[in-house]
Amino acid sequence: MLTLYIFMFFIIAAALVAVETPHALSAVVSLGAVGFGLSIICLFIGAPDIAITLVVVEILVLIHMIRVTLKRDIPTIMGPFSRLNVIATMLIFGLGVAFFYQVALELPPFGKAVMTLIENSPSIYYLKESLGQTEAANAITAVLLDFRAYDTLGEATVIFTAIIGAVMLLQRRVRKGKGGERNGP
Amino acid sequence: MAPKGKEAGMSLIVKEVTRLLEPAIFIFGVYITLTGHLTPGGGFPGGVILACGFVLVVLAYGGERAFRRLPPEGASKYDSGGAILFLFIGALGAIFGGGFLYNFLRVYLPGEPFHLKSAGTIPLLNIAIAMKVAASLFLVVMVLTLFKPWGEEGGER
Repeated sequence: MLTLYIFMFFIIAAALVAVETPHALSAVVSLGAVGFGLSIICLFIGAPDIAITLVVVEILVLIHMIRVTLKRDIPTIMGPFSRLNVIATMLIFGLGVAFFYQVALELPPFGKAVMTLIENSPSIYYLKESLGQTEAANAITAVLLDFRAYDTLGEATVIFTAIIGAVMLLQRRVRKGKGGERNGP
Repeated sequence: MAPKGKEAGMSLIVKEVTRLLEPAIFIFGVYITLTGHLTPGGGFPGGVILACGFVLVVLAYGGERAFRRLPPEGASKYDSGGAILFLFIGALGAIFGGGFLYNFLRVYLPGEPFHLKSAGTIPLLNIAIAMKVAASLFLVVMVLTLFKPWGEEGGER
C-alpha cells in the first residue's frame, strides 16, 4: 500500500511540473512520467494487461511528442492574470471536493474487490466461467474477445476511422507543401 | 531532420543497436500477440509493439528503409485485411454457431492452460487485431514523418 501512495505522489508532482514549467519539452517529459507512473501502479494492483498496454502506448505517444517539440521553440500560452478565473476555479474545485467527500464515505476500502461485496455479481461470473465457456486461460482476453467481442469490434472501427481521417488530412498537406505554393499559416 | 548530403538517420551507434534490437522487438510483439489468450497481453499491445519496432527503424535509419520493408500500400492492405478478417470470423460464428462473433471453434480446441492451441477463435481474433493496429499506427507514423510543416524549402518555420 505504501508503494501505491509513493507512486501517486510521484504522479501528482509530475503533473504539477507539466502544468507549471515554461518549456514545452519539459512538459512533455513530465507527461511521460505521469503515464509510466500510472502503468507501474497498474502493475502493483494486479492488472498486468493494462500495464503492458499503457507502457507501450506511452512510449509511442512520447516519441511523437518529443519529435514535435524537440527542435521548435513553442511558447507557452500564458494569458493575463484574472482574479475572476481564480475565484471560479477555486469554487468549482471546492464543490468537486465536497461532492467527492460525500461519495468517498460510501466507497469500499481501496484495493478491496467490489465484486466480493455483491452476491452473484457479473464479474464473479466472468471470473468463474471464463475457462469453461470460452476455453481461454486469460480471463481478460476472454472478456475482450468472447463475452464482449462487439466492444472490441467497435474499438477497431474507431481506430480505422481515425487513421483514415489522419492519413487523408496529412497527405493533402504533404502534396500542397511539395508544390511550394502555400499561403501563410 | 538529417542534414542534406549526409546519410539519413542517426549516428552509427544508434544504427548498430537498432540492427541488433530490431528482431528481438518484432519477435516479442508476435509472442505477445500469439499468447494473448494464455498470459497477459493480446492483440492491441502486440500490435503497438510491432509499430514501435517500425518507429525505431524510422528514427534510426530514416523513412526509406522502413518503406522498403513495408510500403504504405502494403500497410493499408494489412490494415483493411485485419478488419475484414475480424468481420469474417464473426460471420463464420454466425453461420456455424449461435450468433455473430460466436466462439464456434471451442468444441474442437478445448481450453487448456499454457497450451497454445486452445480457446477457439480468440487467437485468430487477436491476430486480426494485431495486424490492424500495427499497420494503422505504422501508417500514422510514416505520414507524420513525411509531413514537413510549412514546406522544408522555407527553412526553419
